[in-house]
Amino acid sequence: MAWQSIDRVTPADDDSDEPLLSEAVKEKIRGFFVRYPTKRAALLPALHIVQETYGQISHRAMRDIADLLEIPPSHVLDTVSFYSHFWRHPRGQKVVVSCRGLSCELMGAREVNEAIASHLGIREHETTPDGQYSFVTEECLGACEHGPCVLINEKLHKCVKAADVPRLLADPDNDKVDVPRSDLYDGLPLAKKDVLPDND
Amino acid sequence: MTRFEPVLLKNVGVEGARTLRVYESRSGYSSARKVLGTMTPTDVIDEVKKSKLRGRGGAGFPTGIKWSFLPADRDVTYLCVNFDEAEPGTFNNRYLVENDPHMLLEGILIAGYATGSTTAYIYIRAEFCEPFHVLQKALDEAYAASFFGNDIFGSGYSLECYIHRGAGAYVCGEETGLIESLEGKRGWPRIKPPFPAIEGAFGKPTVVNNVETLACLPHIIERGAEWFCSVGTQESTGPKLYTLSGPVNRPGCYEAPLGLTVRELIEGDDFGQGMIGHKKIKGVIPGGLSVGILTADELDCQLDFEDVRRYGLLGLGTAGVIVINEDADMRAVLANVARFYAMESCGQCTQCREGTGWIDKIAKRLAAGAGRGVDLDLMIELTRHMGVLPGMSICGLPDGAAYPIRTIIEKFRDELEDLIRRQEPGDAEAAMKQINPAVYALPMTEQRV
Repeated sequence: MAWQSIDRVTPADDDSDEPLLSEAVKEKIRGFFVRYPTKRAALLPALHIVQETYGQISHRAMRDIADLLEIPPSHVLDTVSFYSHFWRHPRGQKVVVSCRGLSCELMGAREVNEAIASHLGIREHETTPDGQYSFVTEECLGACEHGPCVLINEKLHKCVKAADVPRLLADPDNDKVDVPRSDLYDGLPLAKKDVLPDND
Repeated sequence: MTRFEPVLLKNVGVEGARTLRVYESRSGYSSARKVLGTMTPTDVIDEVKKSKLRGRGGAGFPTGIKWSFLPADRDVTYLCVNFDEAEPGTFNNRYLVENDPHMLLEGILIAGYATGSTTAYIYIRAEFCEPFHVLQKALDEAYAASFFGNDIFGSGYSLECYIHRGAGAYVCGEETGLIESLEGKRGWPRIKPPFPAIEGAFGKPTVVNNVETLACLPHIIERGAEWFCSVGTQESTGPKLYTLSGPVNRPGCYEAPLGLTVRELIEGDDFGQGMIGHKKIKGVIPGGLSVGILTADELDCQLDFEDVRRYGLLGLGTAGVIVINEDADMRAVLANVARFYAMESCGQCTQCREGTGWIDKIAKRLAAGAGRGVDLDLMIELTRHMGVLPGMSICGLPDGAAYPIRTIIEKFRDELEDLIRRQEPGDAEAAMKQINPAVYALPMTEQRV
């Protein structure tokens, strides 16, 4: 329910007067401007970059993005609050997104989700005290043939069984994706990509 | 049935199929070269019209006709590629792009040329991380080979192509919701008209096409519209990617001509190879969640754009087949379906926001063992208010919610009523009050228990 409030997406208390976004992050965002006829259209890429860099999208970050995109901060909040992917509270280093779609549920996703929650000792939308894991469920991850599936950051784990959960969560490399990544991931246009160092 | 030689999936399993080199060595980009070198945009549109290609995203609208809605005097045109595949049970676009990203890119080139597009945006959902990297890598390769950018193949035609990542919203798969999201706003579908072809992204004429639709284009150009019409049925032409999930022996993505029966897909040796542990089939959701459900007696339903309507379904949808076996509790299935739409309703139209929300609460209560005899009729009544095509809502989501809920209740009514009868009255009241005190306290439903 996009219109429902969930704790993890209510804005965290971060209203400092100091700008948050570094110049490098801003430059990354500016790299997207050439792609769209309006600056506002670069908002979703900007939010992705900010969340990847700072882990969450705070009030302060929203103001900075608004300045950069030359739109009112309320428009940024308007957009952020619609999408379930964005966190406005600090999240864990790894976000466990577990599928609860029908195909996965028929294959036993409910037990898997319960196993994840009980193994981590947290409920949905919460973060472990050590800040390592956050846990959420999603409607459908689009990998129905491999149900039940669990996404840890970018890595999709297929055909997960409840008994596998402790081993899966103990694996330090459970979020590593082994596909070649594009140089353009930072959103810089082709001509400019040599100019800026990769600061991920 | 003779084995169908895969067309869309022809490169699956070929080593290095994700790379430009291997794709080109298998006659890749030859159609795009032919189109840009020898055909006019009108030729391409006519060829696609002749092929009777219908959109693979769910609604099945003829692609060539969609393109011809664009106004004649336009300077800027946008092509949006709908890769926001979020319909439960559907993963054909993901499968296609993961295995063969260049086929999509070639389709984009052809569609871009036919529609005179200046920029193409591929809208990919945020949960698709690996497919995103695969696609971005392929796009880089295509750019490096000057297949995108200025003056492609020396034809004077220029097309920029960018990937735009979504952020977790089902409704962004609706074409105007996608456009809003592309513009950096909430993914709220727009009131139509104006349709995107007249006023779409950034107020300019826009075409929104599904990934699989675009992937069909290189083959229509290569083999001709007549070949395309010879595959499938009279009105539903061409090959289709069927996706099969649930407790079957071999879930996955399979290509077959349109018109394949559900039974063949589940039990065929080339496809699902039957149910795990030889369990009985209880029901099948044949086209992504939104189209409705088939009972075990209706497995001869053909998966094409026409036949599905004889079974009270919304349409073919995305041909994402979810099989439900005899072990499943239909109350849990109903609750899962109801929750999905309640979660994904964007909240603009009252009947959708409230309708899906209340059905979710009632279905949850039913699944918890606290259903009432009146609940089934109440839910059906609610679905009737949520919109009947052509609906009163901004987008098709409430229709998509109404069909599965209504068909599950109507087709499995005996089972649901039997389960309600077998509940213990004391438990029912306690569970009901615990799950949703507000519903229980409604004066209008109190006397109907």
